[in-house]
Amino acid sequence: MVDGGTGSSTREVVVASLVLGAAVGVFGVTFGVGAVAAGGSVAQACVMSLLVFTGASQLSAVSVVGAGGSTASALGGALILAARNGVYGLTLAPRLAGRLPVRLVAAQLVLDETTAMATAQPDARRQRTAFWATGVAVYVCWNLGTALGALAGTAIDPQAFGLDAAFPAAYLAMVVPHLRHPTGRRAGIAGGVICLVLIPVTPIGVPILCASAAVLLGVPAPRHAGDVPFDEGTAGVP
Amino acid sequence: MSWSLVVALAVGAYLCKLTGLVLIGPRRLPAVVARCLALVPAALITALVVKDTFSTGNDLVLDARAAGVAAAGVAAWRRAPLLVVIAVGAGVTVLVRRVA
Repeated sequence: MVDGGTGSSTREVVVASLVLGAAVGVFGVTFGVGAVAAGGSVAQACVMSLLVFTGASQLSAVSVVGAGGSTASALGGALILAARNGVYGLTLAPRLAGRLPVRLVAAQLVLDETTAMATAQPDARRQRTAFWATGVAVYVCWNLGTALGALAGTAIDPQAFGLDAAFPAAYLAMVVPHLRHPTGRRAGIAGGVICLVLIPVTPIGVPILCASAAVLLGVPAPRHAGDVPFDEGTAGVP
Repeated sequence: MSWSLVVALAVGAYLCKLTGLVLIGPRRLPAVVARCLALVPAALITALVVKDTFSTGNDLVLDARAAGVAAAGVAAWRRAPLLVVIAVGAGVTVLVRRVA
């Protein structure tokens, strides 16, 4: 379904978006549980998910607070993680050209999930469909999940259902179309290695951000047309 | 947890998204920048996979997740649907965890 190589229909794109939304909902439950466990109120957990709406930042803020960290350190780490959404926005901008109010709404939906789903599609129309379908599905499910988890409080163990592996598995499915191209594969390997090396020695969130250095592999002009993963989309074509 | 953290994070996170998508994004970019941006998903999403599979906080760990994600990788490479890839990843992780 999330396959950039073959032509997936609009319906398949939407179904894949809903499936991903459901998975994110389960993740939202774990965030809700974690936020309350870290001393937050149900209202704080819910408002955070509605307004911040970027899971990794929220989880990192809550885990720092839960571990006794200051507001400043919780904020710093979470914003470093949020910075990658800025990079995603750059990648998505040519695909989401349109009126300003629409783009202001779209901005709130710029995430790992929407970027991965949109960029895995082979053409502009399906990229937009994937972005909006995934964004809305994830927004609804993430917030429902958060509320559910915050209200339930405890007694949910994500590890018992292998949910901790569900996310890397989903991301892997979304990144595979990019890894089928030689340059994309080199960038993926470089990004993964940078992240792995930095995890033990830098604050949480920094390894992911530093992994973006791997995109510099795109600096040399491609020798073959097929060397760059799909999209003319990023070159300014709507 | 303080409300100031919630509000500051909400503002900061939205500004990050806004900067890329609305403020800088729509300008026509030089070809070299476009080529680099095309590699963002490959680099960052692979890094997310590595982090979620091989780490807990600041510690590198090798546990049942590695087996689950490896199995999911095989499924994804063979073009299995997203739901199947997730199910394989979670299922194999639970199995290995039970056995170990």
